[in-house]
Amino acid sequence: MAKSILYRATKEQQFTTSIGLVLMVACICYALSAYIGYHVTALLLLVTVSLVAMFFDIAPVLLAAVLSALIWDVFFIPPRFSFAIANPEDALLFALYFVIASVNGALTYKIRQIEKVALKKEEKEHTLKLYNTLLNSLSHELKTPIATIIGSTDNLLTHASKLSEENKKELLSEISKASVRLNRQVENLLNMSRIESGFLELKKDWVDVSELIYDVVSRLKEHTKEHPVGIIIKDNLPLFKLDYGLIETVLHNLIYNAAIYIPRYCVITVRAACVNEKLVIDVEDSGMGFPPQETEKVFDKFYRLKSAQPGGTGLGLSIVRGFVEAHDGTVKLENMPEGGAKFTIEIPAEVSYPASLKNE
Amino acid sequence: MNKAEILVIDDEAEILRLLEITLESNDFKVTKAMRAKEGLILAANHPPDLIILDLGLPDESGHVVLQKLRQWYMAPVLILSVQNNETDIVKALDNGASDYLVKPFRTGELLARIRSALRGTAQEQKVQRIEFNSLIIDLVTRTVKKNNEPVKLTSTEYNLLTLLAKNEGKVLTHHFLLQQVWGPGFQDQTQYLRVFIAQLRKKIENDPNHPEMILTESGVGYRFMNNEAE
Repeated sequence: MAKSILYRATKEQQFTTSIGLVLMVACICYALSAYIGYHVTALLLLVTVSLVAMFFDIAPVLLAAVLSALIWDVFFIPPRFSFAIANPEDALLFALYFVIASVNGALTYKIRQIEKVALKKEEKEHTLKLYNTLLNSLSHELKTPIATIIGSTDNLLTHASKLSEENKKELLSEISKASVRLNRQVENLLNMSRIESGFLELKKDWVDVSELIYDVVSRLKEHTKEHPVGIIIKDNLPLFKLDYGLIETVLHNLIYNAAIYIPRYCVITVRAACVNEKLVIDVEDSGMGFPPQETEKVFDKFYRLKSAQPGGTGLGLSIVRGFVEAHDGTVKLENMPEGGAKFTIEIPAEVSYPASLKNE
Repeated sequence: MNKAEILVIDDEAEILRLLEITLESNDFKVTKAMRAKEGLILAANHPPDLIILDLGLPDESGHVVLQKLRQWYMAPVLILSVQNNETDIVKALDNGASDYLVKPFRTGELLARIRSALRGTAQEQKVQRIEFNSLIIDLVTRTVKKNNEPVKLTSTEYNLLTLLAKNEGKVLTHHFLLQQVWGPGFQDQTQYLRVFIAQLRKKIENDPNHPEMILTESGVGYRFMNNEAE
């Protein structure tokens, strides 16, 4: 812990701390010079420099080495209070002191460099692992529909005469389904790259949130056949200034996710309200909820639940977070005490109350 | 009846082929161009009944082609756009495009758009009454009936409804609706539109939360459809 704090010390702090430490030790030794000889002082100063070398960069360490050598020479080696050294043995000692202190600093610096390289390597490995996860899920998600399309079209092109009308229709409908799936994944990837690029420009306009919610829910009805969807909108909900397309995607992903992952006949409830000038929408389901240790991670890019079945790229919820954060909003996930999960998004936005326009 | 002629300007050979097959099998005559220049020459030499124009052409932006066309060509121009780029679509619609489709599109949708665009040019004659399944608008007496019951509309609501209904099947941008109903200076006041559309839906839709007549084209505008369940 201490190490990490010192690591973050600025250059100036490192310099002042090393000078301070050397001066402090020198003062103590000076005060105790009646009891300890100047040889012991040399060792104590050397220990100080070594301690400095353990935590700081090379420059402050070398400064500490030079400073302590000079102090030792001037204040401790006889004759005191002069740079002169009377005894040749002491001169040798002084030279050795300087060399040891400098080598100390240099060695530590080397170790530090090796550490840095190792850290970089570790980071690189982490990125590589993430990249592989991405490649795996992506290639699965993209190749499965492509395989379906290639297989079905081959079949239709080369064996058309052997296929019954019914089988032909089935192959065609498989092709259609696969293309829709492919399209969805490509859209996810495009959305993700919009977020990643940092050029996500919001096109804000007045949005009737109730209309938006009903719109999204009715477009998802194919996927929510087995899940009743309840919509609860607070009365007199104002209009909000939002990017319709992005919030539409956010809601789409949340409801779609719920519909895909919860057991049959579990209920999905969407609520919208205006709390302190913020739009608050939550999507709650009566499914099994999320493993508590994973509720924070689900918004990470490419993160998939440990228990997740194959399929899915782990992009949906990270897009949710990206688009909500683009509106300076927040999204959180919690497990409900009675089971099920609840996603809550809160978006600060300009509001307009329709009542003020009614008299026309 | 003569076959309606459609000029398709798109640089993707597959899309051209797909459109050709779809349109020809639905009794349209198709001419194709892969470049803006070629398309403009074809259109000038033999003006078609409708033009399908891709916005992303290699030699010139579709927006520019549209502008050049609109200096003399008055028949419908249908825009094809690759992504859901609302800004691009709205720009094209406000510059005179009749409607739009986003690739990938369903061929059924394509045909519906073409038909309503062609129908629009065929009947610009004065009508006195617009009738849909359960909704009747009498343009002479300015009254509206839903399931034979009179519906009370404010004059703004009435103007908005008739504008939408007269352009049945066609997308109308926020900008256009605001300008026509509220007047210039209100073009960016979309909150008015949201409120009045919501009020209109409450009065004329069977279920205002699941509109069948006044449909939202997100980020673009509204489209009146006569697809109410009977």
